[in-house]
Amino acid sequence: MSLQAIVIGASAGGVHALLQVLPALPADFPAAILVVVHVPPRRDNALVALLAEKCRLTVKEAEDKEPIMPGTIYMGPPDYHLLVESDGTIALSSDEVVNHSRPAIDVLFESAADAYAERLAGVIMTGANHDGAKGLRAVCDAGGRAFVQAPATAEVAYMPEVALAACPTARTVDLEDMPSVFEEMWEK
Amino acid sequence: MSESIEDIEIRLLLDAVYRHYHYDFRHYAQASVKRRLLQARMQWGYDSISEMQAAVLRDETMLPRLLNYLTVQVSEMFRDPSYFRALREKVVPHLRTYPSLKVWVAGCSHGEELYSLAILFEEEGLADRTIFYATDINPSALRAAQAGIFPLDRIRLFTENHRLSGGHSSLSKYYTADYDRAVFDKPLRERAVFSDHSLVTDAAFGEMHLVSCRNVLIYFDRELQDRAVGLFGESLVRGGFLGVGSKESLRFSSHADLFTEFVREERIYRRNAR
Ligand SMILES: C[S@@+](CC[C@H](N)C(=O)[O-])C[C@H]1O[C@@H](n2cnc3c(N)ncnc32)[C@H](O)[C@@H]1O
Repeated sequence: MSLQAIVIGASAGGVHALLQVLPALPADFPAAILVVVHVPPRRDNALVALLAEKCRLTVKEAEDKEPIMPGTIYMGPPDYHLLVESDGTIALSSDEVVNHSRPAIDVLFESAADAYAERLAGVIMTGANHDGAKGLRAVCDAGGRAFVQAPATAEVAYMPEVALAACPTARTVDLEDMPSVFEEMWEK
Repeated sequence: MSESIEDIEIRLLLDAVYRHYHYDFRHYAQASVKRRLLQARMQWGYDSISEMQAAVLRDETMLPRLLNYLTVQVSEMFRDPSYFRALREKVVPHLRTYPSLKVWVAGCSHGEELYSLAILFEEEGLADRTIFYATDINPSALRAAQAGIFPLDRIRLFTENHRLSGGHSSLSKYYTADYDRAVFDKPLRERAVFSDHSLVTDAAFGEMHLVSCRNVLIYFDRELQDRAVGLFGESLVRGGFLGVGSKESLRFSSHADLFTEFVREERIYRRNAR
């Protein structure tokens, strides 16, 4: 069964890391990419504009109930959780903070694992908290592929380290190799 | 893809809750409902959702606690201050033209949105001619809304939000603080009617000039959203206003043509004249 989506979680240092990875992906990249970065809960989502300018793929703020399309990067809006519904649409929610965060990486990863099972890849990048560890574990348990940014290449190593401990079968990838690893998943 | 056992169990539980207690969560956005039901299962120590279902059906005292999982009570006073600023600057001038006003806060949670509007109307000199209807399906939330008491540690945020919303008085004018809580003034809630009302199963309210329903539609699937928007269309006077949450819209509703966007960025709509 072919992969359908990649979920990415990042926190401290995340904006810089995403700017290294997402703009390097080709315009015909076939998967949907859903991203949660911990940012302060303000309404204007400057990160979307920044990435949209640099990426060849379409970048947009995720909207409630919209169908998830291949080749599109969806960013979770500040102050809302981002979830995937089993019918392949996006759901936003203003549920309680999880791991002190909204959006929380665990919430995205667990719902995506549920919706996509083995057709999903999960990636935990730089960060200073443990959000995403349970989520990455859920991706593994559902048969999906798990990756963590190599802690040595992370601005803050803690988050990928904790995720790796929770999901020891996750593959460790240097930041600079990430775009090619993403592309390889679709080549065969 | 075939449905997992857990998903089947969740459907059955929601069906059971509907049949026995007449609370209808069957068409709420599923991913979030599932998350919260699995949380309840874990915290209550049941091995499966089916086991939890049996308990919920037989023990009525569990219903309020289940409702606290199935409904999300996250709110703030003057949440998204720019929404309240837009009401103040763009909607209030139209409301002033009516001799009496009815305002419906649908899904009022613990009353944060209601007190925000009551204070805004007070500041704008509209309070004396207004009746507020505050509705929710969660009885404990409604009781809290009626009491108008908030933990003191939330007041700093509320005060900042109120200021950003263009408030031209001090929020502290409207509550009395004791050592750990703020009790909002009685006159604010004397003009409010609190009632149990579901946007899923109950009928329209009459002749409203403003309906504020924020961060409720987001929990519904498209079909339910559509029903609720239809109710708002029926409940509003021609030229009345509807405000929804900052990530909600009427885009998917078949009743969208009853409304015109009034303040687009703030998701404020106006009921068309015909
Ligand atoms: C996230 S809170 C929003 C509170 C407030 N309106 C705000 O925006 O801050 C959602 C509220 O909707 C209520 N609710 C859920 N389902 C409902 C229904 N079918 N009819 C009316 N209210 C409902 C919940 O009990 C909860 O109080």
